Amino acid sequence: MTTVPTTLDRQFRDAAAAAGLLDVSYDIADTPVGPLLVAVTDRGLCRISYDPEPERETEQLARTFGARILRSARPVDPVKRELDEYFEGHRREFDLSVDLRGRSEFSRLVLEQLAKVPYGEVTTYGSLAARSGRPRAARAVGTIMNRNPIPIILPCHRVIGSTGSLVGYGGGLERKRRLLDLEHALV
Amino acid sequence: MEAVTIPPFEQFYEEHRDAVFRHLVRLVGRQRAEDAFQETFLRALRSYQKLEHGRHLKAWVFTIATRVAVDESRRRRPGVAIAEEIGLDGERPAYAQLEHLAAELPDKERAAVVLRYGYDLTYEQIADALDSSEDAARQAASSGVRRLRRRLT
Repeated sequence: MTTVPTTLDRQFRDAAAAAGLLDVSYDIADTPVGPLLVAVTDRGLCRISYDPEPERETEQLARTFGARILRSARPVDPVKRELDEYFEGHRREFDLSVDLRGRSEFSRLVLEQLAKVPYGEVTTYGSLAARSGRPRAARAVGTIMNRNPIPIILPCHRVIGSTGSLVGYGGGLERKRRLLDLEHALV
Repeated sequence: MEAVTIPPFEQFYEEHRDAVFRHLVRLVGRQRAEDAFQETFLRALRSYQKLEHGRHLKAWVFTIATRVAVDESRRRRPGVAIAEEIGLDGERPAYAQLEHLAAELPDKERAAVVLRYGYDLTYEQIADALDSSEDAARQAASSGVRRLRRRLT
């Protein structure tokens, strides 16, 4: 049976993005912590998921950003490049804008504070809560970290418990340890 | 009827791209099907957010593809009907004989005839694709067929 030739399929995906017709473009990035689903809108990076199975993720994204979602490599390339550089140890800061639509105001505030935690350093849930203006909201901050839509770039792996334990990570503790090792954050 | 949510475009595209491509190959030949394919799905993307539900997406995208093929055919070689350029793949011989005539029918009749006889869609699906009632779809198909019969005799 005739199927769509691969080149034609790719051309359409490129053309759709170039024409500005997509609410969300996504692609899969291969990294040392496994394949990641990376999604962008015209405003910036909106999702990095450790679950690379697109079907679940696209339905979720559709609810927040609109149904015109397509796997399209080109718009995602700059993000993949920065991720590669990060995992090679050549990049310490990301130069990417993010799209946090659909998050509550407090979540956004916390995630903005999170973005300021430097490479190779760690902070605690309590301290992040304090910097977000709600010093007693450590638990709420924990939940926000767990649901962080853009892990790695928004470095929730750099947030640990006040006793020094890693506590938890949306992508599993093994990945958290791996990222912190890469950054030589745990001495 | 129960509301059917519109799936993410990727899902819709993956589900229908091969069938749409084959449809276009049948209508305009392999080479021109490539341009028409891209145009079909770009048009679908442009109106995707205006869809009110996810029912009959197949009928919808086949109608778009049919229109793209007809537009393209007219633009390239005005006055020459599509099917003269169709390679005979023997898949639907009866319909293949009608196809070049169908291209000259008024829009609505053509779409109804193509979707009904070329692709076995139900009148309910056709009505949905054409944004009309089921009766109107049935009427469009049957008056299209009458018109074709007159031309054949």
